[in-house]
Amino acid sequence: MNETRTLAETSSQNVSLHQDIRVQRVLADVLTYALLLIGSIAMVGPFIWMLSTSLKLPADQFSRTLIPNTATLENFQTLWAMLPINYLLINSFKIALITTIGQIITCGMAAFVFAVVRFRFRETLFFVLLATLMVPSQVTIVPNFILFRALGLYGTQAPLWLPAFWGGAFGTFLLRQFFRTIPLDLAEAARVDGASLWQIFLRIYLPLARPALAALAIFIFLQSWNNLLTPLIYLPADLEQTTLPVGLALLQAQFPGRWTIQMAGALVSIAPIILVFFFAQRQFIEGIALSGVKR
Amino acid sequence: METGLKPIGREQWWVFLLLAPTLFGLLFGVFGSVFATLGISFFSWDLLTPPQWAGLENYLSLLSDPAFGKSLANTTLFSLTYVPGVIVVSLFVALLLNRRIRGVSIFRLIYFLPVISSAVAVGLVWSWIYARDQGILNVLLRGVGLQPVNWLSSQMALFSVVIVNVWGAIGEGMIVFLAGLQAIPRDYYEAAQVDGATAWQEFWKITLPMITPSIFFQAIISTINAFQAFEYIYILTRTTGGGSSVPTVVFTIYRTGFNYFRMGEACAQAVVLTVIIVVLTIIYFQMQRRWVVYE
Repeated sequence: MNETRTLAETSSQNVSLHQDIRVQRVLADVLTYALLLIGSIAMVGPFIWMLSTSLKLPADQFSRTLIPNTATLENFQTLWAMLPINYLLINSFKIALITTIGQIITCGMAAFVFAVVRFRFRETLFFVLLATLMVPSQVTIVPNFILFRALGLYGTQAPLWLPAFWGGAFGTFLLRQFFRTIPLDLAEAARVDGASLWQIFLRIYLPLARPALAALAIFIFLQSWNNLLTPLIYLPADLEQTTLPVGLALLQAQFPGRWTIQMAGALVSIAPIILVFFFAQRQFIEGIALSGVKR
Repeated sequence: METGLKPIGREQWWVFLLLAPTLFGLLFGVFGSVFATLGISFFSWDLLTPPQWAGLENYLSLLSDPAFGKSLANTTLFSLTYVPGVIVVSLFVALLLNRRIRGVSIFRLIYFLPVISSAVAVGLVWSWIYARDQGILNVLLRGVGLQPVNWLSSQMALFSVVIVNVWGAIGEGMIVFLAGLQAIPRDYYEAAQVDGATAWQEFWKITLPMITPSIFFQAIISTINAFQAFEYIYILTRTTGGGSSVPTVVFTIYRTGFNYFRMGEACAQAVVLTVIIVVLTIIYFQMQRRWVVYE
């Protein structure tokens, strides 16, 4: 009798304890969602405000409403009339594309050698390469500028993409890490079948490393597309040669306070990236996450 | 034991060819540039007339130059607020997202948006949000009966720019911390729950020590980024003369080198920046032994 009562008591206590935990969990979930939502508004808000302002009539720019009273594409027309936007878009795209290709090829080649081929001083050389990650790019800008100027390349786009063709510690490290996950047996078997190193690189390693190559490509492309300092140094004023960020900075300086037009310009520069981002989200995030390094 | 394929005969040339761009980049792109920067820093050179030997003059004049002192102070203050800001906020977001709720991928996407967006475009929106009279932030402040703030005045600008920089880096930090959080073995928490630990205790005794490697990594990356901050400073704090209301070291290097063409001085500033970054990295690695927990 006594025993059964105690048992009953314990089980009812257990039930209420479980309910407590469940209530706590639901409350915690609600709180989590609330906090994440508030954060999301802070994250997306500026982008929505950019879109909203860019669609307003210039006279309405201070109207403070989220939905424009009269939605218009007038700002984009003005923008295209004020700046050679087509040139800027093409230039930015062209430079980012060449930079990406250069980095993928040269970093891929070096990463393959560091991951697969055995040779003297391999580890030492790789360590030296890695150590250069610590050197800030600002240290190299002045000599690079003097060098490119002496070569007669100041005022051309070459200084923006040419350095992409001499490899880089970041891309090489990233691809080497990936190449090392590919079993060496594959390469050895191909070797037995008479494949050369070059063929092993092209036929085995590059196709297998597609995810890592995609992540790196996105990372490099973004970095180039968004870069301001380098084009500002080499092409500060030539609107037919320079890139979109420099064009936008000029727009800001020349038309202060004309927010609808400035927002239209900002939108033009991020819209292509965001569109691609929605389709290749995973590669984007991997590209940044693999590294954690942004510059 | 080194593993890998040994190149045979003519393949030696392939190895050299594959490594050639990287070797060229190391020799000329990095080491050459670093030595050139060091060398030029002892000269006075405006690019128009031949360089003149200046000895330590460039460095001595930096010591007595209040503007450079100001930019060092700005950069330091920037780092001291930006680095803890990024770590605390992105760790908090990562903890929320790690609670295994629905819709994680959507939130991840939202928080990641600023990371992929052009800093110039984002800077333009924020300068519109921060605008003194009609900016939405002051409109909101007035709406709730508060005094409007001059966000981009020289007293406030540094703080306002740090907010934008933290806002822009949350997505990146979040990814780093999520990876760290997901690597913590579940049994640790199960064992703690058996012992009756509260969620608060679990955080301080398990979660935080276990992700110290991620915090360490993020602290280094954020510090390096902070010392190289340029884009947001350029867009948000540029004055009509082309200067900045809160110049950072990189902004000052850009100004000295590419607006005033005082190459020697710009190189001396770059050398100072590099020394600071290297010393900080070493300090970080020294401190790492004290607080980073490795399994």
